[in-house]
Amino acid sequence: MEHHLQTPLKIEDIKKLNAGDIVYISGEILTARDEAHARILEMDKKKEELPFSLEGGVIYHCGPLMQQTEIGWNVISAGPTTSGRMSKMTPPLLKAHGVRAIIGKGGMKGVTDALKDRCVYLAYTGGCAALAAELIREVKTVYWLDLGMPEAVWVLRVEDFGPLIVGIDAKGKDIFADVRENAQKQLGKQE
Amino acid sequence: MSSKISREDFIRSIADLLRKAEIELPDDVVDALRKAEAAEENPVAKSQLQAILKNIEIAKKHGVPMCQDTGIMIFFAEIGTGFQPGFDIEAAIREAVILATAEIPLRPNAVDPLTRKNSGNNTGAGIPDIHWKLVPGNQLKITAAPKGAGSENMSSLRMFNPTESGNIKNFVLETIVNAGGMPCPPLTIGIGIGGSFDAAARLAKEALLEPLNAPMEEMETEILEAVNALGIGCMGLGGSTTALAVNVKTAHCHTASLPVAVNIQCWANRHASVVFGEEE
Repeated sequence: MEHHLQTPLKIEDIKKLNAGDIVYISGEILTARDEAHARILEMDKKKEELPFSLEGGVIYHCGPLMQQTEIGWNVISAGPTTSGRMSKMTPPLLKAHGVRAIIGKGGMKGVTDALKDRCVYLAYTGGCAALAAELIREVKTVYWLDLGMPEAVWVLRVEDFGPLIVGIDAKGKDIFADVRENAQKQLGKQE
Repeated sequence: MSSKISREDFIRSIADLLRKAEIELPDDVVDALRKAEAAEENPVAKSQLQAILKNIEIAKKHGVPMCQDTGIMIFFAEIGTGFQPGFDIEAAIREAVILATAEIPLRPNAVDPLTRKNSGNNTGAGIPDIHWKLVPGNQLKITAAPKGAGSENMSSLRMFNPTESGNIKNFVLETIVNAGGMPCPPLTIGIGIGGSFDAAARLAKEALLEPLNAPMEEMETEILEAVNALGIGCMGLGGSTTALAVNVKTAHCHTASLPVAVNIQCWANRHASVVFGEEE
């Protein structure tokens, strides 16, 4: 099934998604990878307010390649980064913030419970950064540039960003886990 | 004999070489991806392979890097004993990296390993990483192979007991299963067997540069078939092509050891070469 969603996302929007469905997102998405996740959690711990809202938000695991021009920032290349690195930091982040979708590549381990009834994981084809850049219409703003270009939080306006494959739905189905389990079985047969 | 290239022209050529490597994949890699797309029956995997092929076209058309992870700067240099540039080649390559980072542009990826401070220009201690080989002749061949971290992070090295060569295939398979979709399959798998701890890793990395359409050895075919039977598929979402090719390189090693390195390369097997100087 194919879905076209508009941000901010509502719980109902994501509850109807099933693993394997194709999704296109329009609206605002925020990039966040290792260092941004660590800072969000650190600020949460100190009960400090984030400079951006994650309510109904979409986090994109992406460290984009940007170019500064006289009028602002220009996206050159912006594909997904490996989500697995954010696996451990994701459950506490989802507990504290109303993130409704995470876009990344490669899947995440140990997050299905944290995602249940509140968030989905959407897989975007890894390395397809030139394609992604075409679908990013505007760089709205950037936070935490002190973390470096790849690690900063970039607020992007996107239009029909996709195709995204629902990799982990909000009902506990995880395509990556199924594929991994099958691969383990195959490995057992070869030994 | 003077090799007659000015420092300025050399820097220009290396910056252009990086541009080519970042924007355009070698034909053998694109062909292998096309074949994988044509053969794929899993609809999700097919859609992912189609996105990759479309991305390759867009990058080429717009002249932008195919992936936002423009890699860590790795070069392989084969320098002829008769090639005399008359300037510091390493310093010139470093300058070319800084120039290419600003003008292509490339994402600044080089950071201090502990403070994580980004140098901002893709250079730093030991970076660019240049592998030198002294060869006969009057030429200098430089290959740029900017390496992304997603696949590099999933690579592995094990020091086997000398009698355990029968376990090498299984070690490769375990590495690939553990990696799943994280290194952006379909992969090129470089395997270095023998040498020493560091030499095995270097062989594995060199193996990634071998043409994907070259005839494979029996061991390579056996491992490739076993890897693809795992069903991990494009991006780890399932499918028939997890790897495009397996390349093995070997070196003699100590009688008491058997080092094996597995270097994983994502679908974007980027590399480009340039030759300076005249043939003899």
